[in-house]
Amino acid sequence: MKTLLSKYLLPFWRSIAVIVVLLLVQAVANLYLPTLNAKIINNGIIPGDTGYIGTTGGYMLLVAVLQTACAIMSTYIAARTAMSFGRNVRGSLFRKVESFSQAEVNKFGTPSLITRGTNDVQQVQMMLVLGLSLLIFAPMMAIGGIIMALRQDRPLSISLAVILPIMVAFLVVVIRMAIPLFKNMQKKVDRINQVMRETLTGVRVIRAFARDKYEERRFEEANQDLTKIGLNVMRLFAVMFPTLFGILNLAVVGIMFFGAYRIDSENMEFGSLTAFISYVMQILFSVLMATMLSAFIPRAAASATRIQEVLDVVPGIADPDEPAPTPDLTDALRGLVEFKDVEFRYPGAEDAVLSRISFKALPGQTTAIVGSTGSGKSTLISLIPRLYDVTSGSIEIDGRDIRMMNRAELWQHIGFVPQKAFLFSGTVASNLRYGKEDATEEELWHALDIAQGIEFVQAMPDGLDEPIAQGGTSVSGGQRQRLAIARALVKNADVYIFDDSLSALDFKTDSLLRAALKREVRDSTIIVVAQRVSSIMHADQIIVLDEGTIVGLGTHQDLLQTCETYQEIVYSQLSAEEAA
Amino acid sequence: MSAKGERTSRQSKRAPASQAAAARRGQGHFGPPGLVGTGEKAKNFKGSFRRLLGQLRPERKVLVVVVLLAAVAVSCQVGAPKVLAKATDAIFGGAISRQINHYAGDVWTKDQVVQQLEADGQHDRAQMVASLDLRPGKGVDFGYVGRIVIIVTAIYLLSSLFAWLQGFLMAGIVQRTVYRLRRDVDAKVARLPLAFFDGRARGDILSRLTNDIDNIQQTMQQVLTQIISSFLTIIGVLGLMFWISPLLAVISLVVLPVSAGLAMLIAKRSQKQFALQWERTGDLNGHVEEMFTGHNIVKIFGRQNEAIAVFDDQNAELFDASFRAQFISGIIMPVMMFVSNLNYVAVCVLGGLRVASGTMSIGDVTAFIQYVQQFGQPITQVASVANVLQSAVASAERVFEMLDEAEESPDPVKSAVLREVAGRITFENVSFRYVPDTPLIDNLNLDVLPGQTVAIVGPTGAGKTTLVNLLMRFYEIDGGTIAIDGVDTRSMARSELRHLFGMVLQDAWLFSGTIRDNIAYGREGATQEQIQAAAEAAHVHHFARTLPEGYDTKMEEDSTNISQGERQLLTIARAFLADPQILILDEATSSVDTRTEVLIQRAMARLLKGRTSFVIAHRLSTIRDADVILVMNQGAIVEQGTHQELLCNRGFYYDLYNSQFAEAAIDVC
Repeated sequence: MKTLLSKYLLPFWRSIAVIVVLLLVQAVANLYLPTLNAKIINNGIIPGDTGYIGTTGGYMLLVAVLQTACAIMSTYIAARTAMSFGRNVRGSLFRKVESFSQAEVNKFGTPSLITRGTNDVQQVQMMLVLGLSLLIFAPMMAIGGIIMALRQDRPLSISLAVILPIMVAFLVVVIRMAIPLFKNMQKKVDRINQVMRETLTGVRVIRAFARDKYEERRFEEANQDLTKIGLNVMRLFAVMFPTLFGILNLAVVGIMFFGAYRIDSENMEFGSLTAFISYVMQILFSVLMATMLSAFIPRAAASATRIQEVLDVVPGIADPDEPAPTPDLTDALRGLVEFKDVEFRYPGAEDAVLSRISFKALPGQTTAIVGSTGSGKSTLISLIPRLYDVTSGSIEIDGRDIRMMNRAELWQHIGFVPQKAFLFSGTVASNLRYGKEDATEEELWHALDIAQGIEFVQAMPDGLDEPIAQGGTSVSGGQRQRLAIARALVKNADVYIFDDSLSALDFKTDSLLRAALKREVRDSTIIVVAQRVSSIMHADQIIVLDEGTIVGLGTHQDLLQTCETYQEIVYSQLSAEEAA
Repeated sequence: MSAKGERTSRQSKRAPASQAAAARRGQGHFGPPGLVGTGEKAKNFKGSFRRLLGQLRPERKVLVVVVLLAAVAVSCQVGAPKVLAKATDAIFGGAISRQINHYAGDVWTKDQVVQQLEADGQHDRAQMVASLDLRPGKGVDFGYVGRIVIIVTAIYLLSSLFAWLQGFLMAGIVQRTVYRLRRDVDAKVARLPLAFFDGRARGDILSRLTNDIDNIQQTMQQVLTQIISSFLTIIGVLGLMFWISPLLAVISLVVLPVSAGLAMLIAKRSQKQFALQWERTGDLNGHVEEMFTGHNIVKIFGRQNEAIAVFDDQNAELFDASFRAQFISGIIMPVMMFVSNLNYVAVCVLGGLRVASGTMSIGDVTAFIQYVQQFGQPITQVASVANVLQSAVASAERVFEMLDEAEESPDPVKSAVLREVAGRITFENVSFRYVPDTPLIDNLNLDVLPGQTVAIVGPTGAGKTTLVNLLMRFYEIDGGTIAIDGVDTRSMARSELRHLFGMVLQDAWLFSGTIRDNIAYGREGATQEQIQAAAEAAHVHHFARTLPEGYDTKMEEDSTNISQGERQLLTIARAFLADPQILILDEATSSVDTRTEVLIQRAMARLLKGRTSFVIAHRLSTIRDADVILVMNQGAIVEQGTHQELLCNRGFYYDLYNSQFAEAAIDVC
């Protein structure tokens, strides 16, 4: 938490200094009011000086106005500072994550990164709002109150030495009890929500197996657990507040009693007693506030640590200092991808995911990659756009090591269709133009034509301007996939990579799409990962992966003769005559 | 102090309802707790509010006790300063007596002192002294002060005790009420027809069941525990104020509406800002989520700079809104404090003047000051209740809406029970429609003999699950009859009927629990041997054994510890264990690796053997070998027959078959 705060709060040191001053003024004003009240009693009431009472009342009014003005100003600056802090941290975090490669994203996981960027920042920001007001103010008041109390009457101040420890001890005990209770309660809330979620998503299965009673029991159990712990939490508070107020009230009564002796022995003026009681109340309330608030600090600190973890990452993949020059090639020749003895392992992993991978994918040809789940197909193609970097060997595009290219340039060469088609919120057109902002409508329709998407886009009420919800949930899976393919095609890239993108399509669309690709995308290199044998059996070359190594490379006919793994895959999907 | 963990914004955009609900709870935002609602309004506030109150009806006896306890606690709390004022007066009197001793020696009586003061022209002072309980020659009457102190201590202890009892009982009321609400809602879920779930976004239902109830609970906790004491405190304090000094009380009464009005005004304004802040937080989180989820696409398509630019814009807007919200809600406290301080000053000055003139005792003034200070908080609380309630009532309304949904028709009183099931299924003149005006299935006749396989085929979205829905009575048919071994399915209790079926769905639903629990779901009270036999038949045994904890491996909700194919196998094992005479099978199309695929096929083939089955078919082998194929398109059954017959018809099936299985089309006619 310290590093995060010191770095991102430093620019605001002036504001913070002003806040501290304003809070100090407030504290002094707050503490001055009882003194003025005491003066009214001592110098006004007792001697019967009504004029004095009036003027002092005027002062009190001024002090109250000053205090409120300071409070509003400090609230303003504190809100501004805390929110600016939040904004800046969020900004840095977002930029940082944007610079991450897949390896770094995986290290945290996308959901966790999202939480860190949103919730955690809010947590820290919220703590800061508290910090810049009450957490500074409360100790000032407590210390100031003690000083003032001492000034009013020293011997009576000894009472504080008794009351304060009792109250703090009580608070600490309550908080110690409350924190595990709250944690436990959160668990129970999560549990009951989980059961609910499962009941809803599994409603068909539950009814099919006629297990309503069982589910009811499960829910009942969770519900009772939650009720029980909720009861404990509330009861803790039911004890806490009356006890606290009891302590405060008895403190007042006690002080009154002992104060009476001080007054009787004429060591203390009568007005000072009421002032003293006011101070004690202020002190106790400040301590109460500070203790309660500090219970929030650990949570904010945990959030800060989680943010810092992200900010501390040094991205492993960066642009080269001196990029290799762009080779001068005609369009038809661009897009040669070559893997040279590539090995890849995840950081810290014992075994390599891929090893000894060497092949060439030529422009104008289709290279297919097949293999069972976990054989490393997706990892292999994610190396090409440098989502990961190879751990040994190299990958070259048009003879240049991809690590010697600026990534922006590298990505320009690549049209990528991910396994899970992900569309952005916007319109069909804005999604298609994602890789080429100035693409004309004609270009979009052309891409849609190849991707077999013309028909359904035309059928949409708004055509190209049809709105798309985040993630593309407003269109069907097959349509989403075709839009993702069209989006890549609009880019007019040299290398197209399809990561198992065709499996969401039915056989007919799949084959039409492949035919169109062959017809329209003549000069580019196409690399396809697929599950379905029928979609890749006509590829120019097929690479068979098994446990991270190439176990077969050739055409469908070659592999059918020579590669056992390939045969196994083929025969699980096609009958013998279909395969031939 | 709601300890909400890490589980927030992931689904924010996808499920707007849950996002709104998250916002409702003010999660992660900081405003003065309870002062600011979200400005969300119920459609029928009065009705829903009444109904929400009605939820407390079973607790009304306890509530009466709580109110009584609170009344005692508050009376003690409020009354104590007034009693303590006597001690203050006695001390003051003692102090003045001491002063007078210096001034006049200890021989004078009170009357002499007053006369002397009058003679000196100190009229006011004389008046004050006259009103005091002077003890010339002595000081403070410690015996008296001591008695008062003991009484006040007792009163305070009593107050704390009763407040504690009240809180204790109230906790029970709130928790039991919410418990009942949760239980009712859960029971309701079990009685709702499937149409309810199919017609609504899961996120929305879930949000009603979880977030809305949470919101109700939190509001009840907050409002119920505070409102009674706050209300009583206001009344008690006002009463005592008037008793002590009507004039000062009137002044405070003027302040009361001013401060309540100010609090509500500011709360209202900040409410708007908070709503804006939530909206913008939603926008920003949505963008963050979108960009992080599509991280690779953003990069490969070279859109990082745009992503950052959009983020910066939204971030700036969020800053604007949240800064305003924070500021406006932040000034509630200082403003309230200022009003309270005004009151304080007024009481000090006027009270001081009256003490000086002997028309009011000093103890009463200090007591009054205490009352003024006690006054602010309950007023703020009562003023804020309106805001908080609004959001809770809106939540309650959503929950009530669900409780009011039409339920499934009740099961027949005397349910027909099938002992030995052969598995013959007859559809006679069955008609059905989801939407009243669009008939889907009209006059369907079908006779499935025991052991036969019915394949259901059709393009995606053709409504292939409709038939399953009718068979299992997830939906009720509109006409005709469906009979099993000649018994009308409607004459059986739903659970009896469903016991006859086994079901393997594509969406392999597992619940959080162990692998063993998930298999055992197929049959209540299954033995270990039976579970293992089912697991072996479904090829689960092998992979379960390879997991670190075997059958006791915990399945997570979105289990990543086993593959999609393995999930499928688990649900097959479940069906094996249930050992039903009739099967409903949904063949998977999702990408499963080849080896698991082979296992699934084998397990399914074994499961089908000797059972009447309905298969939503995607595989050639299943379709070709089916006894009857039902071809569906756009929700309706368009063709019916064997593979051979349908191909020869050259109708919809012929086209479908050729498009889906282009490579495999072999002319059979």
